[in-house]
Amino acid sequence: MKNIKDKNLMKKSIIKSAKSLWKSFPIILSTILLISLISTLIPKTFYTTIFTKNIFLDSFIGTLIGSIFAGNPITSYIFAGELLKQGIGLIAVTAFIVSWVTVGIVQLPAEATILGKKFALLRNLTAFIFAIVVAILTILILGVIK
Amino acid sequence: MNLKNKLHRSVYNRKGCENLQAGPKLWSKKAKNISSSWYFLIIVILIYLILFILNQNLFLQSLNFFYKIILKIIPIFAIVFILMAISNYFITPKFIIKHLKEKGIKKWFFVIVGGILSAGPIYMWYPLLGDLKNKGLNYGLIACFLYNRAIKIPLFPIAIFYFGLKYILILSGAMIIISIIQGILLNKLMGVKK
Repeated sequence: MKNIKDKNLMKKSIIKSAKSLWKSFPIILSTILLISLISTLIPKTFYTTIFTKNIFLDSFIGTLIGSIFAGNPITSYIFAGELLKQGIGLIAVTAFIVSWVTVGIVQLPAEATILGKKFALLRNLTAFIFAIVVAILTILILGVIK
Repeated sequence: MNLKNKLHRSVYNRKGCENLQAGPKLWSKKAKNISSSWYFLIIVILIYLILFILNQNLFLQSLNFFYKIILKIIPIFAIVFILMAISNYFITPKFIIKHLKEKGIKKWFFVIVGGILSAGPIYMWYPLLGDLKNKGLNYGLIACFLYNRAIKIPLFPIAIFYFGLKYILILSGAMIIISIIQGILLNKLMGVKK
């Protein structure tokens, strides 16, 4: 009896994972297609005009972009990873990855309705600031360990 | 019916917390999300078609770039899928909620672990967190839980592929520390008493 239950649960887990990946499939495919297009069309020197290697400015821009976008973190890894190859600094990419999941402008109305307006606003605002802090902290530690 | 009630109903109209798949309202919302992501893919394909008409050389270069990325990440997706299935098998929302009710310093520990292990879209967790808030889970712990949702162990293979193991470990560590600081700060800002 327990074996049947376990088998059913495993089957459910596999289906759930497959569904989750399938749900992300169009957006992942679109992201890779767009990245490929951007990489071919835009020269690497263009990024140096936006990202000036100033740790505060770069992490702020990265956080801002990550906060606007929303979705599965797997998309952010692919997007950020490919941008890193294009020459965008690790600090901007880190801030982007962190804010992608921790700041939720799209989900803000739902969060405010259920958990409270003040809480939702403060949580997202502090998450925005902390995305910059995490990016700087990570790069500093990485630099020290290297 | 307001949004709060709608979300509560959609999550709780299933048996207990075992299956947190939402009810009809949220399903229709999900269906909308799914179709919008497919629409996005169609738009991108259309852009490629336009590029094919305008500049075949650029089109082929982009497609070649796309092919190279896909080839690299397909094996990693297989690992991600296996890890997701294992995580879904062992970690249920019921398991997480049970441990969120711990007391004292343990509470922070389980909130961090719960956030890392929790799966599914974030809006699915709002009603449950709202319910737990009414049962005594303070704002700081909720914020800490939500922050740690950014760390996804089943997605580590793809993150390591792009950024390396050392970077991911440091980033995860930094995020855990910051999640606690954010939790404490939010408790202060929200006027939560100890």
